[in-house]
Amino acid sequence: MFDFDKWQEIFSSIRRHKLRTLLTALGVFWGIFMLVLLLGAGNGMQNGVEYQFRDDATNSIWVRRGTTSMPYKGLPKGRRIQFSNKDYDFIDEQYPEAENLTGRFYLSGDQTVVYGKKKLSFPVRGVHPGHQYVENSRVYEGRFINKSDLKDIRKIAVIGKIAKKELLGEQVDAIGKEIKIGGIVYTIVGLFEDSGGDNEMRVIFIPMSTAQTVYAGTDQIHQLMFTGGDMTVPEMKQLENKIRMDLAAMHEFDPKDKRALYMFNVAEEFETFQSLFFAIRMFVWFVGIGSIIAGVIGVSNIMLIIVKDRTKEIGIRKALGATPYSIVTMILQESILITAVAGYLGMIAGIGAIALLESIESEYFRNPQVNLGVAIVATLVLVISGTLAGLMPALQAARINPVVAMKSD
Amino acid sequence: MIQLSQIRKSYHTEYTHLEVLKGIDLNIEAGEFVSIMGSSGSGKSTLLNILGILDDYDSGEYRLDNKLIQDLSQKQAAHYRNQFIGFVFQSFNLLPFKTAIENVALPLYYQKIERKKRQEIAMEYLTRVGLRDWADHLPNQMSGGQQQRVAIARALITQPKVILADEPTGALDTQTSYDVMKIFKEVNDQGITLIVVTHENDIANMSKRVIRLTDGLISGNETVQVGKTQSAQ
Repeated sequence: MFDFDKWQEIFSSIRRHKLRTLLTALGVFWGIFMLVLLLGAGNGMQNGVEYQFRDDATNSIWVRRGTTSMPYKGLPKGRRIQFSNKDYDFIDEQYPEAENLTGRFYLSGDQTVVYGKKKLSFPVRGVHPGHQYVENSRVYEGRFINKSDLKDIRKIAVIGKIAKKELLGEQVDAIGKEIKIGGIVYTIVGLFEDSGGDNEMRVIFIPMSTAQTVYAGTDQIHQLMFTGGDMTVPEMKQLENKIRMDLAAMHEFDPKDKRALYMFNVAEEFETFQSLFFAIRMFVWFVGIGSIIAGVIGVSNIMLIIVKDRTKEIGIRKALGATPYSIVTMILQESILITAVAGYLGMIAGIGAIALLESIESEYFRNPQVNLGVAIVATLVLVISGTLAGLMPALQAARINPVVAMKSD
Repeated sequence: MIQLSQIRKSYHTEYTHLEVLKGIDLNIEAGEFVSIMGSSGSGKSTLLNILGILDDYDSGEYRLDNKLIQDLSQKQAAHYRNQFIGFVFQSFNLLPFKTAIENVALPLYYQKIERKKRQEIAMEYLTRVGLRDWADHLPNQMSGGQQQRVAIARALITQPKVILADEPTGALDTQTSYDVMKIFKEVNDQGITLIVVTHENDIANMSKRVIRLTDGLISGNETVQVGKTQSAQ
């Protein structure tokens, strides 16, 4: 039952004891605030790093050329390893589980790209059709490079959203338009976006064969990438090792020579981060629960002080006819009210602080959020434990002889 | 109104056993104005606490308004205190964070009387003790005499059968003491039984009967002669 008089009595008590109330409230407020903030910040870090991986397929393996650092079979160290179409074809034939296999051919420096009277520089890369899946490029208009483009060495280009905007403007329909890259005319067949950021969307892709033929006159490939489908991390690791062995044999370098060939396994990296997040989450909970416990102890202490502080008052009230029950409920209701309000405010402040953090633009921090249920449960835990902590001294106070209580100061 | 027979009370601690009341027989009729005197340690405060149901006794019988007051639950004790007894203490015992009128109204809160009605009645009683204009003052803004008058108004507000006053003038100067006693007299004239514990003869002589307590037993019981201001020791 809602006892209006009792609440009025409680409010007047709170008004008269601002410091006491403030101290209790502060402990609870801080406990909940810190917990919510920590949980939110932890989530923000996790989201941030996970977002970093969104750029590329999370189960991809990237192979880059290196220079041998160990002598092998009579060959000296310091040899540069070069990839060519032979390597691409070999992996393509021997490893069907390596999906979306693609090479990458970097045209040296940024190329001068001309459209009409506009003359701008963009990075241009020769790639295979699988590239769009490895790089997570989303073609939103037209198409990506296909096998026929490679076979016929077509002069076509798929250009990034930003490159299109800068070159053709936003209004123009780009598909079918002709641009000049390094003096050679290409037809735009597709536009793509990439979650990797603006720089990724300034790139222009052309068929691998075209890049090799027109600009280098070789069959060199600068980089090889592929994805692993539904493979698990150990399976990916195994595949990585097998390919390393084969490439070592083909290029005659020691398979143990890590500098001859750089293989970057995104899946493995991703897993490392996952376990890092597990650790961070554990840490966050550890600290969060610690701050809750500190809050509970703070509230308990203050409840003890409050009851001691009010002993004389309790004695007077008892002499005037207060029952033990009314004494206990008076003390507890006041503590519940303070802890609940402070806990609620702490939760709101925590959520507010997280909203502020959200505006932080950082590579490793993104979209912090906190599970509202967790925050509410934490608040309830504090309120209930604060109440239980107050219950013992309150019961004691209610039992105390009024004469003795009135004599205390 | 009050019948005590063979009331005994002793306090035990780990090391000592102290018998404070050694068999008190006492009758106080309705409408009496009694003072209890005794040196410190005579048991007068303990007796008053038992009368006020603030403390329990070991053996004997205590009847208040013909009800046996024995082995009461805390709740029942609180109820009887609230219904039958008004307290006035030496140190006033007002709640420091409540205004005069709120202090006076407090006993009615425990009678579940609604706030507005409480305030009305409290104002009435404050007026009776001459503190109408002080209703919204906190205790520490008032003099000792005023505080004690607030306490008396608080004791009166439940229209108790008995008012118990424990050294009500102990913290007041002579003139203020007399003022307080004057109010007590008026209260008594309205038929409320009054029991005052004091160690001051002149205060005791303003009552109608003086009971002397020595070492836990009643050693004297005399009616005060009207007009006599000093009682023979």
